[in-house]
This record gives sequence, C-alpha cells and structure tokens, in this order.
Amino acid sequence: MIVLRGRKVVGGCAEGEALVTHDTISGWGGIDPMTGTVIETHHELRGVSFKDKVLVFPGAKGSSGWSAAFHLARIAGFAPKAMVFNVMTTKIALGAVVMRAPAVTEFDQDPLTVIETGDWVKVDGDRGIVEVTKAEVTKAVITEKSPV
Amino acid sequence: MLDGAEGPAKQKAMDLLVRYGEALGAERFVGVTNIAGVPGSSTMFLHEYYKEHGGGSFEDVFSRFDLDSDETVPFPKVGGNCCHLQGGMDPELWAEQGMSREAFEHQQQDEAELIRHGVKLLKTCTPYLAGNMPAFGEHCAWMESSAVVFCNSVVGARTNTEGRESTSAAMLTGKVPDWGFHRDEHRRGTHMIQVDVPVESVMDWGMLGYFIGDAVQENIPVVVGKIGQPDLIRHKHFGAAAASSGGVEMYHIVGVTPEAPSLDAAFGPTKPVATIHYGPAERRRVYESLNSNGRDRNVDYVMLGCPHASIEQIGEAAQLLAGKRIRSGSSLWLFTSRAVKSVADLHGYTKTIRDAGGLVMTDTCSAIGKMLPEGTKVVALDSAKQVHYLPAIMGIEAWFGSTEDCIRAALTGRWAGELR
Repeated sequence: MIVLRGRKVVGGCAEGEALVTHDTISGWGGIDPMTGTVIETHHELRGVSFKDKVLVFPGAKGSSGWSAAFHLARIAGFAPKAMVFNVMTTKIALGAVVMRAPAVTEFDQDPLTVIETGDWVKVDGDRGIVEVTKAEVTKAVITEKSPV
Repeated sequence: MLDGAEGPAKQKAMDLLVRYGEALGAERFVGVTNIAGVPGSSTMFLHEYYKEHGGGSFEDVFSRFDLDSDETVPFPKVGGNCCHLQGGMDPELWAEQGMSREAFEHQQQDEAELIRHGVKLLKTCTPYLAGNMPAFGEHCAWMESSAVVFCNSVVGARTNTEGRESTSAAMLTGKVPDWGFHRDEHRRGTHMIQVDVPVESVMDWGMLGYFIGDAVQENIPVVVGKIGQPDLIRHKHFGAAAASSGGVEMYHIVGVTPEAPSLDAAFGPTKPVATIHYGPAERRRVYESLNSNGRDRNVDYVMLGCPHASIEQIGEAAQLLAGKRIRSGSSLWLFTSRAVKSVADLHGYTKTIRDAGGLVMTDTCSAIGKMLPEGTKVVALDSAKQVHYLPAIMGIEAWFGSTEDCIRAALTGRWAGELR
C-alpha cells in the first residue's frame, strides 16, 4: 500500500475506485451533472462516468459554475465519492465543500504519478491521508478470497 | 454572524464561507462591496427536487442550494451592490426559445423575490456593460469567468472566480475568504506570452485568448509583442476565451492593462516561469481546433453575443443584415443584456435585425439556457468561448469565424469561413 500525505480540504472518510485524469476538469459545460459524465469535447475522460469514484485530477478550470455543477451532481446522485487534486482554486474549494465529499490536496508526492485508474483509494480528509492499493494487488486479494 | 446573533440566514452563510475559507487555506476574510451572482435561480429540476424534499419555494432553494444549508431559513434583504448575472430565458421570446409557460412563470416569481430583496436584475454575463462597473482596487465577489477576468485585468478591481454558493453567501455577509486575487502577491504575472503574428481583429483576439488559456491554464499571462490596442470588445472576447480553454482569471498586457505599466510591474519580483510564443503556426492550430466540431458546411443556426453583445456589436450586426434576408430554414439569434437591448431598440437595430429574420434576445444564451432553434444540427459562432461549450453541451456541430463569416452563413445557409 502507498500512503500520500497532504492537506485537508474537506473532512470525512471515503473509499472507492480511482478515476485518474491528467486533464483539468470544467464543471458547468464540462460535465453533465444529471448523468455524472465528462462531456468536454477534447477531454480524455469524455463520456466517462465519475459517479462513486475517487476522482484524481490536476484541478478545476473553466466556468464559475464549477461548484453549482458538482453540487447538482451530488443532489442528482452522480457525484464522486472523494476528490484528490494538485492545484487549489476557488472553483475546486467551493465545489468540494458543497459536494460534501472528502477532499485532499498539497501532497508530499504527485498523486497523478502514483495513482492509476482502477486502483483502490481510501481518502481520510480530516488527516489529509490518502491510501492507495494498486489494482494488481486488489485483484490478487479478490482471487485469494474467491474460492469461498 | 457565525453565532447566529444576526439571524439564521447570515449564520448559515458564514458557516458556508468558513468551510470554504478552510478548504482554500485562507486565514481571514475580506470585505466585498460589489457582488455578482445568480442567487436563488432554479431550473425546473432543482425546483421539483426541493419540492419533493421539503419545499420548492424561493427561500427553500436559496437556503438549501445557495447556502448549502440542511434547513430553510428566512431570506433577509441583501447588503451592498448586488446584481444577478445571466438567467434561463428571454422575458418576451421564451416561447421561441422552446421554454414552457410554467418555466417562464416560475422565473417571474424568482425575479419578483430578487427585486424584493434588493438584488439588481442585470441578467447578463457582462454586468460591466449593463450598469455595474467596479472601481479600480474595489474588492468584489463575482461569478461568470468572462466577467471575472475582465474585472481583474481590464478594471483592476479584485475578485476570485466565485461560485453561486459563495456569491449568495457574500450578498448576506459582505465577506469572502481573503485569498488569491484579493492579495497583491497573487496578481503578478507568471508566464510571458510573446505574440509574433499580428493580432488586430476581434476574431484574432478570441483565438489568442483561447491559445493562452490552454497554454497557461490557471496561471497569469503577461502578453507582449505584435498586438494592437484592444478595445472593450477585444478584451471581452480575449478574456472569455482564455477563461474557457484554461482557467485564466487575470492577464496583463504591458502598457495596456492598469496593473502592467511596465514588464517589471507586471511580473513584480518573480521571474516568468516560461516564455511561450504565438506565431502563424500556433494561430493556424487554434483555428483548426476551434473548427474541429465542424464537418457539414450547411449551417442552420447562427448565434452571436457571447459574451453578451455590446451596443457597437449589435450595430455591426444590424449593418451587415440591413435590407437582407436570412435564408429560409436558418435562424440567427443575437444575445445581449436588457440594458443594452433598450439602446438597440432606440437605434432601430433590433427592428433591422428582425426585418432580416433574426432575433435580438436578452438574459441568456444557447449554452446557459440549453436552447436552440428547432432542428438545429450545425451552428456558426463568432465566439471562441461559445464554440468551446455549445457543441459539448448540445451535441451539435459548430463552425468558428468572424462576425461577418457568421452573418454570411445566416444569409446563404453555407459556411464559407477561412483563416485569412
């Protein structure tokens, strides 16, 4: 298991499968809050759902409707479970707060190089700790348990 | 305020602002006197959702969505200079926009509440063209990325890109976290942009902005080189584009913008982290990227006015359309603010455009209101910002060019734009 240490943005604990992108994410006009998918034309996650994922990304860009778009996604039931990101902006800070999902930033190592899509990630917002179990290990554990 | 001594609404607003300030890592608040947001606005979805979950009144939506409160609190009159930015539909042409009477009546009720509580209904993404121009150095809390970048860069007022919840909370408390663009050290340039190709037209300013936003993301560009003196329209299109392809909230143009009298002043004590060149090859690539959603040259819709058109831009459109007729089966919608439209009406521009078959609309745009003329498959746009968003939001094809290219497409039904 790999442990990343950062700073609390929003407290609370959540865990889930990582969805990693090296592209910044637009809120309003960049995601569809009613389906929980990225819609931006040239985005590497275009058409991909972030519902219940731990979203790992560089940060927010674009419209000031960032917080409202993710707020709406929360209400509609399509929000990510937690957020792990590098660059602090007002958009992402407010968005994380109203999404009420644990969020951590300012890490001792770059989460974008450590975490890959499919890894199992546990986010402890209050302590600013992110625990990463690589996807191969997750599979191995499942295989060991599968005879039961 | 946080202890509730000034009432439950201010308490909830402060609670949200404290959580927001902690998330940012801010240490204190700053007083703001000019606040632009979208308080209490609700789409039918939001209205219905809260109706099913405890109450769908204006106060319910404002409390539970805007203030992120779990309970409804009474909404007091707002303080300071507060305005409402763009909204969901035109107050007269809503049926043409495909909106239901129910949605229109709902919007009217929201507007009555806002007026009663002291929020000025400017209903535009360009408040600076419609009666809310901040002063140099004034601390503001603004939404709308194109207005934020204008406020910081062109006016020299100070705002972060606030969101709906933080602007609504600031309307009640007069405070936002003292972070980012409120502080001197955060207003200095980070990246040098050397322009090696002449940038004169509005279209070229839009393309340069789109290039820079993608290149610097949320950083602060300092632009030097072969650029003419930008007017307000060029600033508007440049900033809007840079805030869409990236997250640019402030730029400096040496000798032009108020906090960049010199290169030294623009960068302050910090050295540029990179110098980025914009030449003919980059210009060509931006043009192709902005046209990458266009395949079918048969255009059935032309949308102008992103960000909302100035009176000069409406005059230009009227001149290009005077005595002509938009091709049957095509539509042209031009979006602006109510304030600017009243001047366009006075000058006969609205009538000239209508006589040609186009419509001047207010309050919204195709992307914000998610509204297109029926059957639209291919749109032509003169805004890099709109071409960034509209095809993604509505799933249509789009062409990008000059205002003249777009109006020619409306008259002929064919896209003939090219990079000149």
